[in-house]
Amino acid sequence: MTRQGTQRIATAVITIVATIATIPILAVILFIVWQGLPALSPRFLFTSPSDGMTEGGILPALLGTVYLTLGTAIASIPLAIGAAIYLAEYAGQNRVTAAVRLAIANLAGIPSIVYGLFGMAMFVLFFNLGTSILAGSLTLGLMTLPVVISTAEEAILAVPAEFRTVSLSLGASKWQTIRHQVLPHALPGILTGVILGLSRAAGETAPILFTAAAFYLPALPDSISDPTMALPYHLYVISTQVPGMPLAVQYGTAFVLLLLVLSLTLVASVIRSRVRARREW
Amino acid sequence: MEERDAVKERGSEERGSEARGIAMPPVSPPAMKLEPPAEAEAAPAGREPTIRLRNLSFTYPGGIRALSNITLDIYPGQITVLFGPSRSGKSTLLRLLNRLSDLSPGARKSGEVLFEGRDIFAPDVDVSALRRQVSMVFAIPSPLPGSIWENLTYGLRMAGITGQEELAARVERSLRQAALWDEVQDRLHQSAFRLSGGQRQRLCLARSLALEPVVILLDNPTSGLDPLSTATVESSLQELKDEYTIVLVPHSVQQAARMADRAAFLLDGELVEVDTAARVFTAPTNRRTEDYVTGRFG
Amino acid sequence: MATRFDATTRDEARAALHREQPVIGERVIEWLIRLSGVSAIALVILIFGFLMREGIPALKDVPLAALLGSRWYPITGLYGLAPLIFGSLLVTLLAILIAVPIGLTTAIYLGEMAPPLLRHILKPMVEILAGIPSIVLGFLGWVALAPLVQRAGAPTGLTAFTGGLILAYMALPTIISIAEDAIDAVPRAYRDGALALGATDWQTTYRVVLPAARSGLVTAVMLGIGRAIGETMAVLMVTGNAANIQLDRNMFFAPVRTMTATIAAEMGEVSQGSPHYHVLFAVAIVLFIITFAINSIAARIIGATSRQRSGE
Repeated sequence: MTRQGTQRIATAVITIVATIATIPILAVILFIVWQGLPALSPRFLFTSPSDGMTEGGILPALLGTVYLTLGTAIASIPLAIGAAIYLAEYAGQNRVTAAVRLAIANLAGIPSIVYGLFGMAMFVLFFNLGTSILAGSLTLGLMTLPVVISTAEEAILAVPAEFRTVSLSLGASKWQTIRHQVLPHALPGILTGVILGLSRAAGETAPILFTAAAFYLPALPDSISDPTMALPYHLYVISTQVPGMPLAVQYGTAFVLLLLVLSLTLVASVIRSRVRARREW
Repeated sequence: MEERDAVKERGSEERGSEARGIAMPPVSPPAMKLEPPAEAEAAPAGREPTIRLRNLSFTYPGGIRALSNITLDIYPGQITVLFGPSRSGKSTLLRLLNRLSDLSPGARKSGEVLFEGRDIFAPDVDVSALRRQVSMVFAIPSPLPGSIWENLTYGLRMAGITGQEELAARVERSLRQAALWDEVQDRLHQSAFRLSGGQRQRLCLARSLALEPVVILLDNPTSGLDPLSTATVESSLQELKDEYTIVLVPHSVQQAARMADRAAFLLDGELVEVDTAARVFTAPTNRRTEDYVTGRFG
Repeated sequence: MATRFDATTRDEARAALHREQPVIGERVIEWLIRLSGVSAIALVILIFGFLMREGIPALKDVPLAALLGSRWYPITGLYGLAPLIFGSLLVTLLAILIAVPIGLTTAIYLGEMAPPLLRHILKPMVEILAGIPSIVLGFLGWVALAPLVQRAGAPTGLTAFTGGLILAYMALPTIISIAEDAIDAVPRAYRDGALALGATDWQTTYRVVLPAARSGLVTAVMLGIGRAIGETMAVLMVTGNAANIQLDRNMFFAPVRTMTATIAAEMGEVSQGSPHYHVLFAVAIVLFIITFAINSIAARIIGATSRQRSGE
């Protein structure tokens, strides 16, 4: 076998395999769209379920997901940005910093169900928050923390060093420099990371199983101490626990969830590329 | 002040009626014979040095010795030039003068840097205030993102000066001092990144001047600029030197000779010789200085 | 108009250096930031602590030997974790067997061979795959894939294999992106050197780039494993949830139950403080330790590589 021959075979095999990897992704999405689109109607989206959940729509679940996502944002953003600033601007090359990074890597790897269990133990039971939007948001927020920290840190580090040096040499203090020259220019990147983290949180089921989710609630939640329905959990239950649930409804729910999550991802990407294009430096 | 020999008239910037010529070095093969500079002022009689370095040494983490035992006085009202081959510690020295060296954690310094008689590394020193009084212009023109106005007023705003009238006054004054006012007075709120390289560097100079510092440090300010912009910057500095203490790291021996009133030759982190420019460039005491100045190495 | 920064006299200049009142606000902000940074450590400890708090009592309720037993039947008081661990390992093994070849190959393709246009399409697609919620993939597995598997001959479509296949696609983005980063990080000089010596592209990739990226590739696989072991909803829906240990030829097409699915399925029905409750937390502790180990080793590999590279 000549070297050129090996080259060609290798290239062919690799290209084929890469295709195998990516075609199913398209297929999955198209399939869900195809099957789920027929179920979509204003009634589906904007009314509550009725008739033993087989009729009516997903409004409470949709709203619940929105609330939880907002709650996750509030719970995770301040701490995540603070930690990112710490890592990018204040941390030295020492063992504490290494420990912090190790901790973040580990937080990123903890299974979502373990977060759910922890959330139940600490927020629902220990702090007596009950099954609530609050407990769910805190749990999801904790889970989202490592992702947002990493992307925020990257965004901060991407701000050119010259800005900091010039700012300091003009007499600004360290915090003034961060506040006026670093954060404003890192903000779009941070935003991208936040939205990506939120899109992941919106689609998670395990963390909210025992902390926030209820299957059927007679009314929309009044406050953050109420439990709520949520799209991922809703999909789980109607597909596995409710006999006779029309397939179209199941696919429709999956479609809405997919649409929600993917549009958040899209928004994040758009922000990232537009900011990159408009940068002056 | 004696006129310097003019080979070329300076460019067309309005600077008032004084026509100041710039000595352009004659192009010559290996052993460069520099035109003897005009007699520069020696340490102005009776004036206290603005900055005094006493046995200053500086070592980067990893043991790289950047400066060894530097003792040097820098006087107001003149341009002091720190020159020498690359890696001789000139930039490191400059950065110590406004404590930008603080940004290298783990580096060790010994010796003293006195500004107006005060040790700048004393624990109760306000570093921000120091940097406003000892202001630096960097080699690569670095505008901050934002408008020309925002760049010029940044240091002032961070210092708490927010009155629009005062800011406007300082903006105009510093732009005039940097010979940039006429070009940008109508577009102060445009992005600073729209300026050309030479304009950006003048902006950076104006940015420092807006703080009304005592000392202006310039680290290779014209290395990336075309000859015309270089000339403009150089002539601005000549005009400013009466009111400020200027320390300049030049990008060539020729620039050193053009600009210096007093010159310090650094080699491998050591201060080899410091004296009036006239002596250093025409009759240096130290053999190594002479070799460098005449181009035998570098 | 004199401001405090007009230092026109030398005395003023000297005096101006004296530190003003330390800006209290700034110190506070700085401390908050440091606190945020260190909080990550505190959180990991907190999580582990709570898990231990609720999980250690299991050792009092259930003798250790029984915990390691091979029957998981809580209703009758049997809490053997072995079938659950077996289930997790089996499904993860299948997932890795599928995902690693496909993932590494795709990473090589993206990193070394793909023309820019295809890269622009494929990379976002991998990101999209990463974004698909696990419940959606699990749902598809349940509703579409399982019947297919059943038609192919398995008694039910809910098997370890079904779970492994779905998990493979969930682990794929992780493996691809980390492996691709590792390949990208190989210094250009390595490639250029090989090509200059007359190697073909494939030879360069195979003999030079891949070995150089080896530790990053290992990390990619490890983190892929971590992702697969930790997945809950997808396996809950498609693996059949039968806590068996089956070690014969058909074991890949038999139902299993993973640790994660067990917790998800049963926690809702236990009463707080009961032995069952404590044991479920013990399962969570096992999961925590496994993923902690994987992540720590991976982090160490990454750290070692970057130290080695910068020393070159």
